[in-house]
Amino acid sequence: MTMDNLQMAVEILGVNKFYGGFHALKNITLTGTIHDRIVICGPSGSGKSTLIRCVNALEAVDSGKILVHGEVIDHRSRDIHILRRGIGMVFQQFNLFPHLTVLQNCTLAPVLTTALTKQEAKDVALHFLEKVHIAEQSDRYPSQLSGGQQQRAAIARALCLRPRVMLFDEPTSSLDPEMVKEVLDTMIQLAGEGMTMLCVTHEMGFAREIADRIVFMDRGAVVQDSSPEDFFSAQATPRAQQFLGRLLH
Amino acid sequence: MDYIFHFGDVFRYSGELIDGTLTTLRLALWAMVLGLTVATGNAMVRTLRIPVVDMTIAVYVEVIRNTPLLVQAYLIFFGLPALGIRMNSETAAVVALVLNVGAYSTEILRAGVEAVPSGQVEAGSALGLRPGLIFRKIILPQALKIVFPALGSQFIMILLATSLMSAISTPELTSITNSIQSQTFRSFEAYVVSAIIYLALTIFFFGVFEFVARNFLGSTLINRMEVR
Amino acid sequence: MIQPFEWQDSIFILRALRWTLGLSLAAFIGGGTIGLAVALMRSSGRTYYSVPALTYVILFQGTPLLIQLMLSFFGASMFGVDVSPWMAAALALSLNTGAFLGETWRGCIEAIPSGQRAAGIALGLHWRHRFVYIILPQALRIAIAPTVGILVQVVKNTSVASMIGLVEITRAGQIVTATTLEPFVVYLIVAGIYFALCWPLSLLSGKLEARSATSRATRRSAAPIGNYTAKPVSRTL
Repeated sequence: MTMDNLQMAVEILGVNKFYGGFHALKNITLTGTIHDRIVICGPSGSGKSTLIRCVNALEAVDSGKILVHGEVIDHRSRDIHILRRGIGMVFQQFNLFPHLTVLQNCTLAPVLTTALTKQEAKDVALHFLEKVHIAEQSDRYPSQLSGGQQQRAAIARALCLRPRVMLFDEPTSSLDPEMVKEVLDTMIQLAGEGMTMLCVTHEMGFAREIADRIVFMDRGAVVQDSSPEDFFSAQATPRAQQFLGRLLH
Repeated sequence: MDYIFHFGDVFRYSGELIDGTLTTLRLALWAMVLGLTVATGNAMVRTLRIPVVDMTIAVYVEVIRNTPLLVQAYLIFFGLPALGIRMNSETAAVVALVLNVGAYSTEILRAGVEAVPSGQVEAGSALGLRPGLIFRKIILPQALKIVFPALGSQFIMILLATSLMSAISTPELTSITNSIQSQTFRSFEAYVVSAIIYLALTIFFFGVFEFVARNFLGSTLINRMEVR
Repeated sequence: MIQPFEWQDSIFILRALRWTLGLSLAAFIGGGTIGLAVALMRSSGRTYYSVPALTYVILFQGTPLLIQLMLSFFGASMFGVDVSPWMAAALALSLNTGAFLGETWRGCIEAIPSGQRAAGIALGLHWRHRFVYIILPQALRIAIAPTVGILVQVVKNTSVASMIGLVEITRAGQIVTATTLEPFVVYLIVAGIYFALCWPLSLLSGKLEARSATSRATRRSAAPIGNYTAKPVSRTL
């Protein structure tokens, strides 16, 4: 085992978050090493989206600490923009920029925030667009693409900054069923290449296939954090079993 | 250079100011009630789908919306007498305001009617109701409910617009303020007091409409852009 | 001496058109600058920016334009500054227009889905970059139709400047009426000129609105005491 494998990619330590009087995240502790694929699941309102949005400081934490590759994530810090480039995020609503082509969506941030020239950014973009199999759509606008294509474009856009960690916030929840597979396949491909991934999802089949760990959250707290085998077996906690029962019906 | 403000000189005329304010309110209320009647009439007539009528309404709306209220008032008060139609300033003011509100309300109500789900008409027909009845009892009430906030805004606008009627000598608030100003030479103070009164009226009515909208209609006057 | 209405009178009115157009332009430019500041302050999400801007908007949308004009004209001389009707009118109209444009543009900025901002943040872009490359282009697209509608308002509002003596076309009409005693004909011509100026703009605004309404966002023309209809109704008189 090399030092590389032991390095912590994501450390969420004792994180609490309140929305007014509502305790949204209760003392969450969760860590992942490089190349880990962590799936976070749970009923709605469990705080899983809130948690993942804290990892790249889209939401602020009230207490506790979050570190990505050893760097503290604090939304107030001046370097947060730089750190965010190392963390890729894929949203449930895709959030592609409608007034830019797919290619422009991918090159915007690299051109503005890294030292790449326009041509270099374009080459990188086309590389990742190829990877997610939509290079032919690169000059189209998001509105001209199907949901599945848009989400894959969004994944490519995040990859163009060459992040070391990818966050997925329910990436397939807004898709029609027939398009879910193409996005999951892309994510599986990414996982196969060793990308560290934190993924909030309802897709249990996907979780079973690629997750190294499954974290089950309920009402703001981590109820279970275990291997997939343990999660899907009788060793799961009662609440997790209940959740699975409802989901897999 | 007079930095000392003499509001007292203006407050001496509080009686006149109150009269002016009441006239302002009266003008606005008449304008709104009659204007809304005009708009409702237009909405009903539109359902008949007679091209000439639809065209006339469209022309009326476009003419009013693309010419200034002040000029409309001048035409009615100064222009019509040349054609033999005379009226006193308050009547002319009401006519001008009604025509103005009527045009805007016609458009607002039209959008409201279009916003009522078409299933409503189908349901009414299925129940054996005649078209006229369906419109009056089912469509119109829902349309009015939908556009209540917009109509509330219209009222506030017309309340402020009454100030232009001072140009045709209607004794509303601005007109009174003008005469106070010319008698006391306290122009700044007079207009500040006047502005405060208008602002108070605006805030009051806004509060009333907002209260009604939020508690009874589930809507709001405050602009909110919606995005799907 | 009463003179019959002649061509010279028409020319007189048309020459006053310069002032109507000039004032409209000044008000739109001045109001546009103020409006941009107001829109940014109101959509910043920070109270110490938002509240002053809101106060300004309430003051200028909650009082009649005529009163604002009077305050501008008489208020300035109060402080010893001698202002011409033109300056007072340009000032008052700019301030008034700024309030309406500001609220409209704020609405356009806020109409952009919040996910756009989140995506920009997630990509590590600074506020400045997010605003210029993501927010502004989308806001502009939404803003064009209601902004043209407000321009129509501005042109009509210039008529109020006649009350402080600026010889734009309404005042010119009054002057000509006094010499020819043909109020109906004169004001009809004046109204006709306004119509010729405003109607094309209104049509344009309508076309733009129809085009942008086919996209997914539902837009409403904005003012705090705003319009709630699906089609923005021009808020003017």
